[in-house]
Amino acid sequence: MTLPEEQLTEQRSAVAEAGVRVPSRGRVVAGRFFGSGWGRAGFALLAAVFLLAFAGPLVSPWSYTDKDFTAFMAPPSAAHWFGTLQTGADVFAVTMRGMQKSLVVGLLAALVSTALAAVIGAFAGYFLGWTDRMLTWVTDLLLVLPAFLILAVMSPMFAGGQWPLFVFMLALFLWMVTSKVVRGMTVSLKEREFILAARFMGVSPTRIIFRHVIPNLSSLLVVDATLNVSAAILTETSLSYFGFGIQPPDVSLGTLIADGAKTASYAPWTFWFAAGLLIVTVLAVNMIGDALRDALDPGSRRSR
Amino acid sequence: MAGFLARRLLNYVALIVVATSLAYMLAASALNPRSNYEQRTPPPPPAVVDARLDELNLNDETPLFQRYLRWSWGVLRGDFGRTVAGDEVNADLARRAGVSLRLILVGLFVGSIAGVLVGALAAVWQYGVFDRLTTGASFIVLAVPTVVLANILIIGAVWFNDLVGAQIFLVSGETTPGLEGGLPAQLFDRLRHLVLPTLSLSLGLIAVYSRYQRNLMLDVLGADFVRTARAKGLRRRTALTRHALRTALIPAATYFAFTFGALLTGTTFTEKIFGWHGLGERLIDSIFTNDVNTVAAISCLAAFAVLLAALASDLMQAVLDPRVRMG
Amino acid sequence: MRDEPVLTVSDLSVTFGMGRGAVHAVRGVSFDVRPGEVLGVVGESGSGKSVSALAVMGLLPPNARVSGSVRLLGTELLGASDKRLADFRGRALSMVFQDPLSALTPVYRVGDQIAEALMVHRRLTRAQAARRAVELLDLVGIPSPEQRAMAFPHEFSGGMRQRAVIAMAIANDPDVIICDEPTTALDVTIQAQVLDVLRKAQHETGAAIVLITHDLGIVAGFVDRVLVMYAGRPVEVGTVDEVYYRSRMPYTLGLLGSVPRLDRGEHGRLVPIVGNPPSPAALPEGCPFSPRCPLVVADCRSAEPPLLPVRHGGHLAACVRAGEIDGGDLPPERIYRAPERAAPRPVHAPREEREVVLGVDGLVKHYPLMRGAVFKRRIGTVRAVDGVTFDLREGETLGLVGESGCGKTTTLMEILRLVRPQAGTVAVLGRDISALASSQRMAIRRDMQVVFQDPMSSLDPRMTVYDILAEPLRTHGRRDLGPRIQELLSLVGLEPRHAARYPQDFSGGQRQRIGIARALALSPRLIVLDEPVSALDVSIQAGVINLLEELKERLGLSYLFVAHDLAVVRHIADRVAVMYLGRIAEVGAVGRVYDSPMHPYTQALLSAVPIPDPEKERARRRILLEGDLPSPASPPSGCRFRTRCPLFKAIGEAERLRCVDEEPRVRPMGGDHGAACHYAESLDVL
Repeated sequence: MTLPEEQLTEQRSAVAEAGVRVPSRGRVVAGRFFGSGWGRAGFALLAAVFLLAFAGPLVSPWSYTDKDFTAFMAPPSAAHWFGTLQTGADVFAVTMRGMQKSLVVGLLAALVSTALAAVIGAFAGYFLGWTDRMLTWVTDLLLVLPAFLILAVMSPMFAGGQWPLFVFMLALFLWMVTSKVVRGMTVSLKEREFILAARFMGVSPTRIIFRHVIPNLSSLLVVDATLNVSAAILTETSLSYFGFGIQPPDVSLGTLIADGAKTASYAPWTFWFAAGLLIVTVLAVNMIGDALRDALDPGSRRSR
Repeated sequence: MAGFLARRLLNYVALIVVATSLAYMLAASALNPRSNYEQRTPPPPPAVVDARLDELNLNDETPLFQRYLRWSWGVLRGDFGRTVAGDEVNADLARRAGVSLRLILVGLFVGSIAGVLVGALAAVWQYGVFDRLTTGASFIVLAVPTVVLANILIIGAVWFNDLVGAQIFLVSGETTPGLEGGLPAQLFDRLRHLVLPTLSLSLGLIAVYSRYQRNLMLDVLGADFVRTARAKGLRRRTALTRHALRTALIPAATYFAFTFGALLTGTTFTEKIFGWHGLGERLIDSIFTNDVNTVAAISCLAAFAVLLAALASDLMQAVLDPRVRMG
Repeated sequence: MRDEPVLTVSDLSVTFGMGRGAVHAVRGVSFDVRPGEVLGVVGESGSGKSVSALAVMGLLPPNARVSGSVRLLGTELLGASDKRLADFRGRALSMVFQDPLSALTPVYRVGDQIAEALMVHRRLTRAQAARRAVELLDLVGIPSPEQRAMAFPHEFSGGMRQRAVIAMAIANDPDVIICDEPTTALDVTIQAQVLDVLRKAQHETGAAIVLITHDLGIVAGFVDRVLVMYAGRPVEVGTVDEVYYRSRMPYTLGLLGSVPRLDRGEHGRLVPIVGNPPSPAALPEGCPFSPRCPLVVADCRSAEPPLLPVRHGGHLAACVRAGEIDGGDLPPERIYRAPERAAPRPVHAPREEREVVLGVDGLVKHYPLMRGAVFKRRIGTVRAVDGVTFDLREGETLGLVGESGCGKTTTLMEILRLVRPQAGTVAVLGRDISALASSQRMAIRRDMQVVFQDPMSSLDPRMTVYDILAEPLRTHGRRDLGPRIQELLSLVGLEPRHAARYPQDFSGGQRQRIGIARALALSPRLIVLDEPVSALDVSIQAGVINLLEELKERLGLSYLFVAHDLAVVRHIADRVAVMYLGRIAEVGAVGRVYDSPMHPYTQALLSAVPIPDPEKERARRRILLEGDLPSPASPPSGCRFRTRCPLFKAIGEAERLRCVDEEPRVRPMGGDHGAACHYAESLDVL
């Protein structure tokens, strides 16, 4: 337990009274975020992962499509930093390619799913009645459908550069829980007096939702978007592992891990680099999400 | 009361029907059972293939809606049709359901109990060594997808078995086929097979539950009623277990419904990787073999299981929370 | 022995956090309490009174650092182990908390929770403890205690929960009971009941009571000695009469002067204390009250004045000029001056000739009563508003008062929603709202504005003050907003530079001013105010009330003022309507209703409000109502008040029949005064 939030705002107002420039909310949040060890570590890790994934291929002599026919299943060396696969492909190059894919897919899917969750949840919670019943039913339906199975069945459609469709389908199965939370919070937010005030001055419902409701749920949404990134990456990896996600000739961490697992016992580099980088990426995203939650909502004492 | 229950069940049935139908339509249009035959050497004559596909209600030349009608008529009578190999889906899945159920129940039991325990203790010793350790561990576990975790467990077990020079952990299947010996030996064998899949399934669950329970517990630690309990003279630890933990268990029960879907997916991976012949393994195989009817049947079972879990978590909440029970 | 203090607190300090961010919540509190004595601790929010209480109990969170000494029956409590403290807590020293809704564990039966308190300290069997728990419930006045002991906390009303908490507190015959705002969350008639129970409990146990409250009225009637706290320190201590009648600290004087009085009818301006209470994190140099003090001199800013005796009988005050005040050089009544009226009081035409701005006739709002979170089902109908009639004329303030659950807020929401009511009519500015075209509805939305209770939640925290004030203007298609927003800010006493800030940068009183500015943005004619000052501290409240009165006179506004605080309503309203269970019990001009209330409910309500005047309080006779408000889902037949009505008990069998069978309508009692009682008669309760 820390000081009551009320006292902190009193403190803030006292500072404001004294004529000191009050830092904006963004700065306060950033300050809190980078003030925590987890926030700094997560941010540094993720930045490193991004740098590696996107700058790494530029300095590597091999591209992910290259095959070195002089080195099959070679351990890491100066020529092949992470070793090679059975096909002669450079592990570093394919792993970087896989990371790029995973990061892009994860980020986009999280963005789409959070947007879906915000809009659907807010509309259901604000209007209630039939809108709510319909939207809740759709949400329930998607919760009930086995996501993995549906995505797997649809996997042939993702071949041939159709990965944006894959991203969309991933997002379609990620938003439901967040949306339920958003709905619940909207129901209580709706009774908050500033929303009532807007209603009673004649502001239209859609405008209220986009101007008052969703901005006031932004902490939740930001945190959830972050956590959805890791959920999307994990789902993508699992699908690709079984051959249902990113389709050859493209590679993803999932396909690499699947192949590597078979040879891991005698050629550990085929498995551990991909698996390790995946874990580090997801860990970094989760740490950022957690630190963000603390920074946005200091009263919640959620984690750490 | 009865009316409410009936409405709710009706809604459940509707959800299952729509979900299963959607899954069937999707599978029937995306999967191509004909390719199973085209790859054979020598390829069977088209007429034979057509006849066989018609017999199984899998012919892609029959309009989708017509296939759907035939399939749903069967389902209405409790028959999910035939697999691509011509076996009855019902019998096949019934045999496999037991395997999956054993795995899920053990995983769920271990996962939720250990998770709640770890979370509650971490909250009580907030910022202590145990808290930091479990928080760190759960963060790492949450970053490891089940497929990777399962593989790491297998690699570790193989390494360990090599190290001690004996097969301590068994990494494939549910039992050793053709094992001689009495009941204790059988049980021990099963246990050795069970350890790794259970770990693979429940580690993630423990991580999720411990984080959640820790937060819930922290929320009630500062609650007025815990203060009241201490003000009447209860020691801190007694107040925490008797008043705080008991109350913090209620939302955890609700959370159960949300984790169940993830648990089903986790089982799928675990079964496939550890070679347990359960529903999850069949699910992945059925997509590879273009087995439309099996895919639809498994979707139906999954939908049913998720709704059952939702109902169970509601009932659990009613048991734990007098406000719900009486209200 | 009699005069040995049971609890001695000396130089108690509590600090949260470390280093520069450290917050000194309590800074040197000393007091002692003798057996059977009641010590009142008063102060506004943030004055450190509750933190002191928790520090005494040893229940502060671990990040608090406590120093000083707390001695209970000669034993030092500070620094004692949890085991040792636990032995004292609940046995020698017990506590009643502010919020009865969250003070009981929701998953255990009330009886079991009381029995637990007994079994911690005594060797009792379960059955013995359970029996004793029932006795205790009976003692605190819970009807049919055997059954109620088996109930869960959520089945208890707020007042009953607080009784249960009191039962728990007295279970082991404690020597000291600390009550932290024990009635703040309760309605005024329930407050009177609970204070009565506390008095009885004290009588039973002979315990000393430390009563922490912000309500100067409760202190006047309940305590023997008072300790006034400001910014974490006691600033004045003495017997209740000394402190109230011969205050020697300007803060105490200001506090007493800024409270609206139930027993004073004249419509003068209140005397606010300027500024805000300091934040414990940023205390001013010297005397913490100096920035707000009308008597401030250079000495005040150099050092914090110690608490020194000013008179005989242990009257202490922490003010460098206490001697001057005491010596008669500074007559207390001249220290604070009521603000001048900005404009002369407008002269209105007689009431009957003025336009009806808001006419409500037979308004009804019922909603389904649902039960169960898992198996939700309808089990009845809440008759929240069940035929309410009143009118509000131009330039007038109508106070709508009643306790929680009486339907006053529902009435207000029905008016504001501007949709056809379930029954009855609502006419705003002469237009019936059930037949409005959307353009007419927008026009009414412009002319009728609202100010809400909670200044924190009525402003969107994500918007700047500029955007908040611009929203109504933009919605109604105004352009060139800058000048209007500046004008609005200065109208409510804020500065133009405030426009760029966010609501959280303001104190409660300032936020409420922003809310008022927003309501004024479109130059409305009617403003609906929902408890606009009840979330504010007394010293701030006075300023906002003055502002509202001034605006009304300057801009010719009409107010519908919904409140539960009868003293505030007496001060600000011209007319008052008292609601009970969805109906109007009594309505009329403020003076008439307060001075000679006709309805037994109004009489009980008024008699329950404590007055910050010790002598008057001691002389008053309280009409204690029995039990709780009946459920609005099943109101009693005939007169809704008859189940709790003192008059109903006094009249004969034959006369009662009428109360049971016939629902009384509001009948005229002379002029526009009306009461809904078959046997109404006037009674002076102030």
